Formats: sequence, C-alpha cells, structure tokens
Amino acid sequence: MIIFVAPLLQLVLLGYAATMDINRIPTAVLDFSKTQESRELISLFRNSGRFTINHIPESQKELVELLDQGKIWVGIEIENDFVKEMKKGKTVPIQILIDGTNSNTAGVVSGYINQLLFSYNKKISQDKLQKKLAQGLLSGQVQPVKILNLENQARAWYNPELKSRDYNLPGVLALILMITTMMLTSMAIVREKEIGTIEQLMVTPIKTTELILGKVIPFALIGFIDVVLVTSVAVLWFKIPFRGSFFLLFLSVGVYLLTTIGIGLFFSTLSRTQQQSMMLTFFFVMPAIILSGFMFPIANMPRLIQYLSFANPLRYFLVIVRGIFLKGSSFRVLWDQILPLGIIGVIVLILSTARFKKKIG
Amino acid sequence: MNLKRLLAVSYKESLQILRDIRVLIMAFAIPLILLILFGYAVTLDINNLPLGVYDQDNSRESKEFVESLVQSGYFSIKDYVKNYKELETLLEKSEIKIALVIPRNFSAEVKSGNKIEVQTILDGSDANTASIGSGYLSGGLLLFYSKIAQADNTPAIEGKIRIWYNQDLKSRNFIIPGLIAVIMMIIGALLTSLVIAREWERGTMEQLIATPVKSSELIFGKLIPYFLIGMIDLLMAVVLARLLFKVPFQGDYLFMFLASGIFLLGALGIGMFISILTKSQQLAYQMAMLTSFLPAYILSGFIFPIFNMPLFLRIITHIVPARYYIKILQGIFLKGNGLQILGGEILLLSIFALMMLTLANLIFKKRLPE
Repeated sequence: MIIFVAPLLQLVLLGYAATMDINRIPTAVLDFSKTQESRELISLFRNSGRFTINHIPESQKELVELLDQGKIWVGIEIENDFVKEMKKGKTVPIQILIDGTNSNTAGVVSGYINQLLFSYNKKISQDKLQKKLAQGLLSGQVQPVKILNLENQARAWYNPELKSRDYNLPGVLALILMITTMMLTSMAIVREKEIGTIEQLMVTPIKTTELILGKVIPFALIGFIDVVLVTSVAVLWFKIPFRGSFFLLFLSVGVYLLTTIGIGLFFSTLSRTQQQSMMLTFFFVMPAIILSGFMFPIANMPRLIQYLSFANPLRYFLVIVRGIFLKGSSFRVLWDQILPLGIIGVIVLILSTARFKKKIG
Repeated sequence: MNLKRLLAVSYKESLQILRDIRVLIMAFAIPLILLILFGYAVTLDINNLPLGVYDQDNSRESKEFVESLVQSGYFSIKDYVKNYKELETLLEKSEIKIALVIPRNFSAEVKSGNKIEVQTILDGSDANTASIGSGYLSGGLLLFYSKIAQADNTPAIEGKIRIWYNQDLKSRNFIIPGLIAVIMMIIGALLTSLVIAREWERGTMEQLIATPVKSSELIFGKLIPYFLIGMIDLLMAVVLARLLFKVPFQGDYLFMFLASGIFLLGALGIGMFISILTKSQQLAYQMAMLTSFLPAYILSGFIFPIFNMPLFLRIITHIVPARYYIKILQGIFLKGNGLQILGGEILLLSIFALMMLTLANLIFKKRLPE
C-alpha cells in the first residue's frame, strides 16, 4: 500500500511546493512621504499580485526588526521629500531591503522589483511626453522628444506561461522511479540474507538467474504502475501537458528500470544488512539526483562533474520524460538518450548478476 | 531507569555499529558527499546559458550587442545560425536554452535612437532557467541602450536595492545550513528507524525481552550512539562550511549546538517511534522517508519558500519540525539571531522532542506479540 502512497505524496508535495514562480512575498512599507504619489507607487506593488504588504512599520528600527525575525522578505522605504524631489525632475531614490538568505528567491524578487520600477518610470516619462506635446501644440512649436523604448519580444516554446511545475513534475516521475525500484530491489534481497532464508532458497533447484528475475520482476511491475499513477495525477490533476507517445514513454521506462534495478541488485551484493543496503542506495541516489539536472543546471557544474554525469542514468531519463511530456519528442530525437541508458543498464545487470552468482551461488 | 543497564544497551548497540563498519562509514560519507556536492558542484546561480544567435542585421551594432551579452557572463554563444529552421533544431535538441533573433533594421533603429527591438525564443520546458535568462537578456538590452543611446529623459525613481544577510546572493550560503537539517534527519530518523525493527525481524528481540532491561533503557540506550553520530556529523558539517566553503557564521556556536541537539533528539524520537510501530525494516524505511526526510526537504523552507505554497501546505508546514530548525540555522548562520528572536522555535522543538520520546516509550511493549 505504502509503495503506491509514497510516490503520489511526493508528487503532490513537489507539485505544489516546488515552484519558482514567487507570489505573496511578505513585504513591509515604511512610507515617510504619505502622499498620493507614494501611495500610488505602493499600490503598484500590491496590484502586481507578487507582493503581500502585511506590515506597516513606523520606524526604520521596526523595519529592520521585522527583517531580522524573518517576518518580511522585502522592506520598502519612501523618503519624506519623495514628491518634492520628483517635481524638481530629479531621480528620486527608493530604499529597498531584501532578505538575501535564500539567494535564489531573492534574485527573482529583485528582478520583479526592477520590472515594476521600470514600468513605473516608463509611464511617468510617457505622461511627461504627453504634457510636453500638449504644451508644444499650444505654443505652436513641437520639439522632438526621445523616450526610452526597449523591447524584448520573448516567446517561450513548449511551455508558453513558463510554469515551473510543468518542468518539475515529469522530473519527479524520474526520481520516484529511481528511489522506489532501487531501494526495493536492494533491500528485498538483503532481507533474505539477513533473516537467513536465502539458504533455504539455495537448496531448492531454482537457478540464480531465475531467482533474480523472480525477485525483481514484481519491482519492475510496481515501477510501471507508478508510471501510470504519477502520469495520471500529473495530467488530470496538475494539468501537465502530455504531447508525446505513451508507447515511447513505456519503452524508455523499461530501459530506465534496467539501470535502477541493476544498480539495486549490485548494492544488494555489497551488503549484509538492510541498514547497509539502505545507506548504500541513499549514498548513490542523493548525488544522482543532485547531479542530474533535475534542479541544478548541468551546464553550471564544474567540467569534471559534467563528465561524471554521463554515467548517471537519471540524466538521460530526465531529458527523455521532459521531451515526451512537454515537447512531444519522438524516438528520432530521443534515441541518443535512450541508447546510452540501455548500455548502462546492460552493463550493470551483467556485472551485478555475475557478482550475485559469485557471492550467493 | 538504571544507568548501568542503559549503558550496557548503548555498549551493545555501539559494538553492533562498529562491527558493521560499512554503515558507520556511510553515516559520515553521506553528509560529506552532500556537503561537497552542494558546496562545490551545484549552484542555483545561472551562468553561461547556451545561446543561439540568428543575426539578420549582421552589422557592427548587432555584433556589439551580442558581444556585450557574452561579457555579462550570463551567456555563452553555442552557435550562429542562418535561418529559423536551424534555431528550431537547436532548441528541440536542448542544445540551447535561448534563441536570440536580431531583426534586419537593428542598426538603423539604434542609430536613429528611438527604438531597439530584439526577439527571443525561450525553451519553456526549463521554465526556471528560461525566465531568469529572459530577465538577464532584458537587462543586457537596457545596459546596451544606456551605453549607446542618449535619451534626454532621466528616470523618475530609482530603486536602491540592498540585499542583506547574503550580499553576494550565493546559493551555497543558504543551502549548506539547510542541508545540516536534512543530514540530521537522515541520521536521526532514517538510520534509527531500522534499529528496533531489526531486532524483531532477526528474532533477537526475544532475547532482549528475556533480560531484565526496561523498555525505556532499551530505547535510550539505543539512541545514545546514534545521537553521537549525529553530533559528529554536525561538527563535520560546520567545520566544512566555515573552512572550506566560507559560509558566514554570525551567531553563537554554543547556541547552535544546543538547538541542534534538541532537534536531533526529536528526529531520533521519530525514528524510534516508527521502528517500534512497524516491526519490519522495509516498511520502517518507507515510513521514515515519508514522515521525516521528505518534509524536511520540501516543506521546511530549505529551498522552496513557505509563503509561496498553497494554504493547505502552509498549514501542514507548522507541524514539520525541520521548518523551525532551518529557521534557527539560517538565523544563526546568516543573521546572527539569538535566543531572543528564536526562543519560540527552540520551545517548539523541545516540546516536539519530548513528545516523540514519550510516545516511543509509551507504545513500546516489551513482550512477545500474541
């Protein structure tokens, strides 16, 4: 039972929590100006939907305390002479404090703020332009005015709204498959050793290959059921697009499971207790996830580690599932990912079966 | 509780750990490799985004613009192409994340000084990288504009943004303190969840039942060696964080070790509780994974900010002890917070530890199952 609950729970948790589209940023505003203009600026933040202004401190000290306690992530301070300076045509500074603890979120947040201020400035300068034009028309002479006009026409393919969930959830499928099947394989075989039932199995006429197959086929089946479960929830509940072919997905899952079960089998030959095999699997799975490109782009890693990641089955399978889900990629595009995966799978299976025979047989 | 019997159980458990040297090595190697990977190998900071360029204009200005992008350090040019078709192929094969198209009249517009326009196509299947990259590109455009154009309008306001606590925005600085919480959970809950279940599975529990050892002595006796392993892991993590990765540490070391000890007791309590409840190692492992490791990773604010989660998850995070511990760690490391600010969190963690250990003692029946 728990074998199927666990993947679904992981999917739901990551589906809801693992998003880089940041909203409801807790924000405090310290408004010394208290004018219509300053309120307009503040409402620009509020109406963007990104910021939740939940504290109105009275002093700088209070603002700093809120930041220290982690109650706010952004503090905005508008000075007394905000309107006066702006009317003079000067550039007025706005003090903005960001809690940089989570550098990733802080980077995104400061990007939002820059965008907001950019559009605010654009609006003000357009207003000015219009005023000037009106004055020019009145006085009979039109002066050429240049205004800032920059455009980056960005279109996003495959995922036009840039939802990070669409990107993350197919990846979660890859993680769940690896963790579930590898851990089950390595622990289940060691369990027989630990309890001592492996000796009873050895005296039966069963062959080692048959024993291995009989042990791992149920886990492969569990893997496939996980695929159906996770894909259904991802598509029906989280509305993740599925543009590719189910057949190709199942085919590549089959190849991927060769690698995860093969490695699980290998770990079972290395361990005598379930605690050992659990820790060994963990020792492999955590770095495999971190170095797969699931969350951290491979292009940013040191060169040596990038080469190392070519031996990581998760790396290939991530490209495959994301391709099938989001891009509708066909075998023609994905074969150069499926092939190395298959090679890794065959190699580990041969190695671990040989080791298994030597150790147990 | 009899101290002699308690220590006897601890001694037995330590012997078992020492004899099973592989588990002990793993208990130190897993944290070590996690720290090194997060410290050296991976970063959420994006650099060298592979960019494909389709320069229709092919002028001095357009080349200058592309050059300025490369110099920003955020982009590296993967390929120059001659038509849209080639860009498409590059995107589909994931060889580039962003395609930049510079229109034919780019240089003419730049010279006239009133409009600069470029087109970008992003690989939205990697939404995080795409949106951050698109932001960098807009920024690069703005920078290029300010270099070459002479606009006669000054901006009305200017955001003077200051980043506190982690000025350089290094992801390592918040991931490593958070990682300590995850490591404590691995040692505390995951490793420990097997220790009582193991005795049942192997049948050695019957021998233990026959001895005069009390259930509380058995539980605490088994906890002590794992508590020590956890604290050594913590020490190792802090030393690495400070010396190797230069993560700032603004707070008090003693305070951090105290808070960590309390959290570790709670984590051990969960592990013990699960182990007693399940009696099977495989089930115990899965339960521990679901109730301790996963929440510590996803629902604690370790990487994903809590305020950004939907309401029902935000409510759940209140019962995730790692949430409070990570706030304590990040507070001590980066903000220099003390007991005054973190007192509430310490109190909650203490209650949690007390509750889990009491529960484990309550449900443990030292008798054979009928």
